[in-house]
Amino acid sequence: MIAARGTNRSHLRALLRGTWREWRSAELRVLAAALVVAVAAVAAVGFFTDRVDRGMAQQATALLGGDLAVVSDNPLPEGWPAEAASYGLETARTASLPSVVFTADDESRLAALRAVEAGWPLKGAARIRPGREGEEQVRDRGPEPGTAWLEPALIEALRLEVGDRVEVGDLDLEVGAIITHEPDRGSNLLDIAPRLMLSFEDLDASGLIGPGSRVRHEFFAAGPSAGVAEFRDWLEDDLESGQRLLGLEDANPELRTAIERAERFLGLASLMAVLLAGAAIAVAAHHFAQRRADPAAVMRALGASGRQVLLTYFGRVVLVAVLASGVGLAIGFAAQFVLAALLGDWLAGDLPPPGSRPVIAGLGVGLITAVGFALPALLRIGQVSPLRVLRRDLGLPPTSVWLSGALALLAFGGLLYWQAADPQLAAWVLVGTAVAIALLAVFGMALVLALRPLRNRGGMALRFGLANLSRRGGLSAVQLVAFSVGILALLLLAIVRVDLLEAWDASIPEDAPNQFFINIQPGQEQAFADRVEAAGLERPQLDPMIRGRLIEINDERVSPDDFDDDRDRRLVDREFNLSYAETPPEHNPIVAGYWFGEEGQDPDAGWSVEAGLMERFDLALGDHLTFRVGGQAIRSPITSVREVNWDSFQVNFFVIGPPGLLDEQPRTFITAMHVPEEQRSAQNQWLREFPAVSAIDVSAILAQVRDVMDQATRAVEYVFLFTLIAGLTVLYAAVQATRDVRRRETALLRTLGARRDQIRNGLLAEFGALGLLAGLLASVIATAVGALLAWQVFEFDYSVNPLTFVYGIGGGTLGIALAGWLGTRRVLDQAPLAVLRGPE
Amino acid sequence: MDASSSFVLEARDLEQRINGPSGPLDILRGISLAVQAGETVAILGASGSGKSTLLGLLAGLDAPSAGEVRLLGQTISELDEDGRAALRAGRVGFVFQSFQLLPALTAMENTLLPLELNPAHAKESQETLNNWASQALERVGLDERSAHYPHQLSGGEQQRVAIARAIVDHPAVLFADEPTGNLDGRTGHRIIELLFSLARDPDSDGPATALVLVTHDPELAGQCDRIISIQDGVLE
Repeated sequence: MIAARGTNRSHLRALLRGTWREWRSAELRVLAAALVVAVAAVAAVGFFTDRVDRGMAQQATALLGGDLAVVSDNPLPEGWPAEAASYGLETARTASLPSVVFTADDESRLAALRAVEAGWPLKGAARIRPGREGEEQVRDRGPEPGTAWLEPALIEALRLEVGDRVEVGDLDLEVGAIITHEPDRGSNLLDIAPRLMLSFEDLDASGLIGPGSRVRHEFFAAGPSAGVAEFRDWLEDDLESGQRLLGLEDANPELRTAIERAERFLGLASLMAVLLAGAAIAVAAHHFAQRRADPAAVMRALGASGRQVLLTYFGRVVLVAVLASGVGLAIGFAAQFVLAALLGDWLAGDLPPPGSRPVIAGLGVGLITAVGFALPALLRIGQVSPLRVLRRDLGLPPTSVWLSGALALLAFGGLLYWQAADPQLAAWVLVGTAVAIALLAVFGMALVLALRPLRNRGGMALRFGLANLSRRGGLSAVQLVAFSVGILALLLLAIVRVDLLEAWDASIPEDAPNQFFINIQPGQEQAFADRVEAAGLERPQLDPMIRGRLIEINDERVSPDDFDDDRDRRLVDREFNLSYAETPPEHNPIVAGYWFGEEGQDPDAGWSVEAGLMERFDLALGDHLTFRVGGQAIRSPITSVREVNWDSFQVNFFVIGPPGLLDEQPRTFITAMHVPEEQRSAQNQWLREFPAVSAIDVSAILAQVRDVMDQATRAVEYVFLFTLIAGLTVLYAAVQATRDVRRRETALLRTLGARRDQIRNGLLAEFGALGLLAGLLASVIATAVGALLAWQVFEFDYSVNPLTFVYGIGGGTLGIALAGWLGTRRVLDQAPLAVLRGPE
Repeated sequence: MDASSSFVLEARDLEQRINGPSGPLDILRGISLAVQAGETVAILGASGSGKSTLLGLLAGLDAPSAGEVRLLGQTISELDEDGRAALRAGRVGFVFQSFQLLPALTAMENTLLPLELNPAHAKESQETLNNWASQALERVGLDERSAHYPHQLSGGEQQRVAIARAIVDHPAVLFADEPTGNLDGRTGHRIIELLFSLARDPDSDGPATALVLVTHDPELAGQCDRIISIQDGVLE
């Protein structure tokens, strides 16, 4: 036992000593550098997402507003608080709705109103400031009756001070404080309008609650967990359709889904750096094995088994991989602070520190990448013939392309599966990546071959540079793929993204509606339209809006539980906005069936359904849909299908019926119009005559969408920076792998009389050509991706931006030429005599 | 020793010293020699005698610790690395034991290298340079294989390409370092015949090429006009 322990110790010492000696070799340092980049990329994302996840868990109760919550579009039963109290629970009710806030100076803004009961918040605490400058104070209850708390954005927009007065509906409230933190506010990613909080007691007097108004009622309960569980059981039996019970897992589902998607995307983006680092590792390991052929042959000649030789070198590589992963983790930990700064406000409040999971994951990524990409090359060291000590021409057996490919695919596939947490997505990304790399490699090789005729033109430097490129065909193709991916990532984010955003802006006509007016009450339509016309604007077309819940498809009950997709569930769970019309909307072409009353269709029955919804719910013409509107079930067949462009900023509906079917139902009216900037203040004036009507400023939504996109793409750009560094590591690995050959060639050229500048020009020609090809390839692909996105996803015309090519090709040529030159310039310092004396 | 002397290569009191693990080590001591235009000289010595180091110093591939080398009338120690390279360009040829062809370039392109590196030919058309290179390959009997890469040629053929490259620009001095060391006896014999015939018959109106041959083979050395023996870094 003691002897065994002693042997283990001596093995460990030998491993450490051997690894230390190996560390002087450039190949191992390249391998380590590549791993550092890979692990840093994954760890930066890993640490950040871990912090976000922890933050979300911590804030779940606060986000939910209690231990359980019920939300509904209709008022909740009055008896619930008493029932909850019998289980020993505290309760609070809130109601939220959009409405316009006016000031004494006739300024107005759309605000997200929230009326809160005295007990609110059950979990967490609100934070307010008594004025613009004052200290933040913690509050465990909402505003007093007669007062309102406003978010800073609203205070700024309306140029208010604490103590000023605001009007909301029929209410006249005093600004009591500035609210800086609302525990169950949810995401600032999805809520667009700033908050105005008032007392629940004031709500009834506001005149804002009427039939058809868009109110979200919430009921919260909190207390001992046994009581919560019992009350939950009781509630589940008592729930009606339209009332949704939320647990901690439901806290802010949109935000959770959005964040999970973003996390997954960042994770996958970070794996691109891992893939390129893998390429660098494969090149470095190949070179490492080649240079170990002599010592390995000597070891074997002296009696070491192939397995011993293999384990010796494998152990050293693994030790370096572990150490490099540690360094990568440290860099990743530092780098996540930048991500947190870019994206931290996705989640309200400060992010908690990360846990240990990303550390284990980072080490795992390091080891899997090292083994997956280096093992095939290392296996060859164990197979070296001892006869090499006598015959140096006996090289290592060639690396099996199949084994290398299979192991790399397995390692990368495994990492993808771990990061995507979805086998189908992982498989698609893996297949996509493999096909893209194969295509890039084929194009890369073709381009390298296309350079051949150029060798007969130009001088020695160009000839020599291009000859090098085509001779190292395989290695050139690997480098080309790596640089193309790196440049592609940057081009897509730097140029194509901006182009798409601009093209999207341009696709919206100048006079596209920028204001939506909702909640126009029945009987007010005429007055509203007259008022708009009197204000010098075009007379608006008002569309009726009726709220109805889809309860049956072909007479079978529909429940959210019937659907897997979150969006489908929510569509079924909430009320649809239905409408009726005599004629089909101008901007909605009918793609199947006929409009009511046409071609023998019943003029007073039928539904016209949006094409996307037909697909989503797997509907067909003739299927019967039943909606519950008010207390009445309305059943009718689908008679036409409409194509709707949701980005048109027009009023659109999923489902439209004929007037005869719906015009007796409770309804409000909605319209969209273009209000020029200079008429906005006048708009505030006349809008006061319709207190229930809310104006939604779509230009603010556009700005918000742009902000979110910008924020997210900046984070992706940051992660892709690692991809570019990994691409440069491939260059470094390739330069190192060819260093011996380059040194000999350079010495020989010097012997034959070449000047430094001639050799330098040759190297610049080689790397410049490589950068040019990579830039060209990346520019073409970036343009194609941009066009595809524009055409397929955003559905607008995309014109090729020549700057993509200028930056791609120019940047690629200069950047790679410079990096290559910096990596190789030291070969010029070698005395040419080395070539006469050194081994082949 | 003035520029008008008939010596293309002169060395005086050459010393080369390196710092080894156990202190300074003299590789060469007090070497003086001179080579005339068109002369063939063998530097004969056993392995480790310092003969390849001497060749390197004579060709200006390294700087001596002490002493002076004049190559084609220029004192090498007065020139920097680029100056020495410029002096060699087109006027000094090399044949190495291990051929030292550039693997990325074809036989033709390898042969073209000295022509392209020689600033004197800067105004010549590529076609002219190609013609000269073709002629050189023809003289070594490889005109048919000009488009082949080194790895597609046998050892003997590679060395013939190296010779074509060495003579293509009609150098004043041709240095050969164990040119048959990596070849079998018969091939080596043919290579030597070729080397001597080309050195003695430069096929041009210019001055004859001086050949400085480093070898450990007394028979090969015996074919030269003169033999300089070296042992332990000192001329005998």
